[in-house]
Amino acid sequence: MSATSIVPNAAPTGEWNLPSRGRVAMFSLIIGECAIFTIFVVAYIFYIGKSLYGPTPQQVLEIPVFGTICLLSSSFVIWLAERALERNKIKLFGAFWALTLALGVIFLIDTGFEWHTLIYEKGLTISTNLFGTTFYSLVGLHATHVLFGIIGLSTVLIFTLLGKVREEHCERIQVLALYWHFVDAVWVVVFTVVYILGR
Amino acid sequence: MADQTFPIGGTLDLTPPRVARKTFLEWMHEWVTTVDHKRIGLLYIWFSIIFLLVGGAEALALRIQLATPDSHFLSPDTYNRLFTMHGTTMVFLMGMPFLFGFANYIVPLQIGARDMAFPRLNAFSFWLTAFGGAMLYYSFIGGSGLYGVGNAPDVTWWAYAPLTSRAFSPGHGVDYWALSLIVTGIGTLGGAINIIATVLSMRCKGMTLLRMPLFAWLMLVVSGLLLITITPLTAAQVMLTIDRYLGGHFFDTQAGGSAVVWMHFFWIFGHPEVYVLVFPAFAIANEVIPVFSRKPIFGYPAMVAASVGIAFISLGVWAHHMFTVGMTSVDNTFFVLSTELVGVPTGIKIFNWLATMWGGKIRFKVPMLFLTAFLFQFLIAGLTGIILSIAPFDWQLHNSYFVIAHFHYMLVGSIIFAIFGGFYYWYPKVTGRMMSEKLGKWHFWLMLIGFHVTFDTMHFVGLMGMPRSIYNYDASRGWAHLNMIVSLGGAVQGIAVLIFAVNLIWSYYKGKEAGNDPWDAWTLEWSTSSPPPVYNYAVEPEVRSRRPLWDLKHPEDPDWSYE
Amino acid sequence: MNREWLRASRRTGIATLSLLLFSCRAFAAGPQATPSIFAPASTPATDISHLAYFVLSVVAGIFVVVGGLITYAVIRFRDRDPNDKREPAQIYGSNQIELAWTVIPILIVVVLFLTTARMIFAIQDAPKPPSALSVTVVGHQFWWEFRYPKLGIVTANELHVPLSNHEQPRPTYLKLLSADVVHSFWVPQLAGKTDVIPNHSNLTWIDPQQPGLYVGQCAQFCGVEHAKMLLRVYVDTPEQFAAWVKNEQKPGVQDPAVAEGRRIFETEACMNCHTIRGTAATGRFGPDLTHLMSRDTIASGAVPLNRQTLRQWIEEPDSMKPGVLMPAMKLSDQQLDQLTDYLMTLK
Repeated sequence: MSATSIVPNAAPTGEWNLPSRGRVAMFSLIIGECAIFTIFVVAYIFYIGKSLYGPTPQQVLEIPVFGTICLLSSSFVIWLAERALERNKIKLFGAFWALTLALGVIFLIDTGFEWHTLIYEKGLTISTNLFGTTFYSLVGLHATHVLFGIIGLSTVLIFTLLGKVREEHCERIQVLALYWHFVDAVWVVVFTVVYILGR
Repeated sequence: MADQTFPIGGTLDLTPPRVARKTFLEWMHEWVTTVDHKRIGLLYIWFSIIFLLVGGAEALALRIQLATPDSHFLSPDTYNRLFTMHGTTMVFLMGMPFLFGFANYIVPLQIGARDMAFPRLNAFSFWLTAFGGAMLYYSFIGGSGLYGVGNAPDVTWWAYAPLTSRAFSPGHGVDYWALSLIVTGIGTLGGAINIIATVLSMRCKGMTLLRMPLFAWLMLVVSGLLLITITPLTAAQVMLTIDRYLGGHFFDTQAGGSAVVWMHFFWIFGHPEVYVLVFPAFAIANEVIPVFSRKPIFGYPAMVAASVGIAFISLGVWAHHMFTVGMTSVDNTFFVLSTELVGVPTGIKIFNWLATMWGGKIRFKVPMLFLTAFLFQFLIAGLTGIILSIAPFDWQLHNSYFVIAHFHYMLVGSIIFAIFGGFYYWYPKVTGRMMSEKLGKWHFWLMLIGFHVTFDTMHFVGLMGMPRSIYNYDASRGWAHLNMIVSLGGAVQGIAVLIFAVNLIWSYYKGKEAGNDPWDAWTLEWSTSSPPPVYNYAVEPEVRSRRPLWDLKHPEDPDWSYE
Repeated sequence: MNREWLRASRRTGIATLSLLLFSCRAFAAGPQATPSIFAPASTPATDISHLAYFVLSVVAGIFVVVGGLITYAVIRFRDRDPNDKREPAQIYGSNQIELAWTVIPILIVVVLFLTTARMIFAIQDAPKPPSALSVTVVGHQFWWEFRYPKLGIVTANELHVPLSNHEQPRPTYLKLLSADVVHSFWVPQLAGKTDVIPNHSNLTWIDPQQPGLYVGQCAQFCGVEHAKMLLRVYVDTPEQFAAWVKNEQKPGVQDPAVAEGRRIFETEACMNCHTIRGTAATGRFGPDLTHLMSRDTIASGAVPLNRQTLRQWIEEPDSMKPGVLMPAMKLSDQQLDQLTDYLMTLK
């Protein structure tokens, strides 16, 4: 087989750089996810104050300060982890990565406690009223995303502990980190809508 | 022909094919586990053909029922189930898989790539879609007989709340509907992400975005559009499922929920969805019309801009499905304007196709016949769309048979015609054999006649006040004769589609050998062998213009000298 | 039967022909059996049909021009000699031409938009005159409830409204509510449709200019018997309307001859769903039957009302309207006769 190019006398094209497919795909996924969250957020905002009976957000919701701080700071920590991997400091990377994971887990546990209080002490379930329906759906949707993020982070952590993660995986790790940043950013929106606007 | 004339042997695989016959199990295993974009593309296409036949059979049953007044061919329940399933099938299990089938097969070939960006995600997306389709049809099993097994949904494909709530739709029909659309929706999202990543990251050397074939461009735009339109549907279906299973109140009007919110969520998906379905038709037209007119597409940058423009505007027009919902006059006016604005880029597209044909040497082979009919029918569909955008006129026409006629002009007259054209055009590439021109011409003319008899007439039934979704009407309304004509046209279309099916099978065994480039075309897929080898190109191609094969065939007058 | 068929054929033929020719004259007067939107008999429908003619002519103009160009291109530029392998001139595009066919459609859009906007405001925001009659329409699964709050009347499926004219307008304003799912109120000759949505009140209006019976039906799929959720609007002359109101305001007839039938009505489940004013029956789930016999049809306009159909309806509603929410009460033949006799007195 000859190795001639398909088009004869093609001009030399020089550098041919295309965006990384991982990043393109992750950005696409994030755009799609944004649309899902938009619908749930719009539904939440539309139904604020439309419940026919209580309890209302003012009566039962408390601002989850601790969980929020954990989740938002995890975004910074994962950024440190990315930098560490870029400089090939695998141990440091592993430490930061584990910390990110821990912060994510703490956030989920915090949400779990919040829900437990709401359900068993304050009597708000998903079927109680419109507020309950929209609240659990929106916060639950976000928590589901955190959960998926945690699964992804744990997978990387396991590989790190097994010594399989090296500098060349930087790109893939960063794509995963992108998702985690997105989950954090969405929390800012959810937090604003649910705990500030809606209360 | 081209492979002998031109030195593009480097792209060809000259190893003789393996002759050993595979057992059936080996063959099945190969197809089920495949991650090859061409095979997955074919799986998608087979899937859509099957559902085209199923959905078509449903349509014929509906037409038999409506052919005569006060007919008892179908019970009301069955009729309602069949039209719900017909709509859902044609949009989600026929239209979108066709899109992904064509995109999967052709985009990597056209951009000179060896596969999609994520072959395994690709297989995953297809099998999710297939599973969703199977689940939707599983709902039929048991019908209304076996209690607890379920029955097909009977709430129309737009499924307005609160008819879908447990109170008004007991049983599991709606659950199957919602869940299968969530599942196919995730498959669709995967497919869309894959196409975007492929087009943006897998192009061969020299193929800048503005040298990319318009087919690939449209698939990129449509995938981008899917990202933000299929997801709201998924979100709405999740809400519906929460309502039905967890006792939520999103659309529960008894607890302060709103039926109108569902309408908004559904049509935010539902209108761009129309463009999602019609863009593949544009994509096919952008390939077939230039090749058979022997001229490059007229106004390539304008075509790209118009596609992006349509996609963008289409996100702001959804409420034209809701003119009768009782929005304020200001809202109605806004959506009139946004909807009419879609007409501008759409017009640009039609004019550019016309200008491409203008001054050419148009060869009326079967693909071009279908695409010429597409052009006419798309024009009419667009114009009836303008009619429907006039809100006061729409107060009369909404949910009447005029609307049915309008969107079937779009879905059948434009999309299906273009897809048939695409079949005749790329069949030789896929199988290495030409489809029969003779059967193809029968198929075309019968389809054309049947189509116009059915859907032209349907406009008038709508103007005479016949609403959609009714299983029965009284003879005194005077709709009987026109409905009979509509149904007869439907039968003719049924025959045409059967001829097409016969042609597909017959040509596979007996068709004329096609060679690599039977149409004397210009995009990269025609430079490799037919059917293409697993790796598509032995040497990654490199291009310098929008029509690499034109450059190759006309070294004295290459395209790149004009860029 | 045969003659009926022929007459129906002729009607369809005429209707189609007039639609094809867009001639409004053939339809200018009165109610039609075929509720064509081009046979308007009320201001909103008339305005819409005028707008429709305008839009249709613009669109037809565009079709003739563009369709003509495509036809010309198809005929003129077809490949006449397949052996001639020369390629035509390769033209890549022209910015001037692109600009031209961007600007012209924009101008057309502007014209259409301004015309439409004017019409939307004229119809939708029409001020309600003091002489207007108010009716509340409640959509139920497969039937219509009509309440006249000022007149104290409740009836079903057959809406009576007064005749209006341009000198002394007496429009009817309809407030649309739904008891269950989404319906749509559509009488094509009188006005465009407006959806009837639970938890979301809507308003529409009509001012019929010709007396008679106008037909329409629910235009939003609402369940199994959506097809038989028909609408009948009786436009009465002032005298007819006054007489109708007077009759409807009376309580139900109390005829001792059919006391047994009334007893069955009040002791069986009938009274859970139906109201007959002046009796113990005050159900709201089904149509008000106080003046049942003042109506021409039962089953929401699907079946003409007479003794035989009424009896069959009570015996087995599903036989006329499969899927209807009214259950068969499993009455004996004698009970059926007595009940039918009673209902037949409710004039």
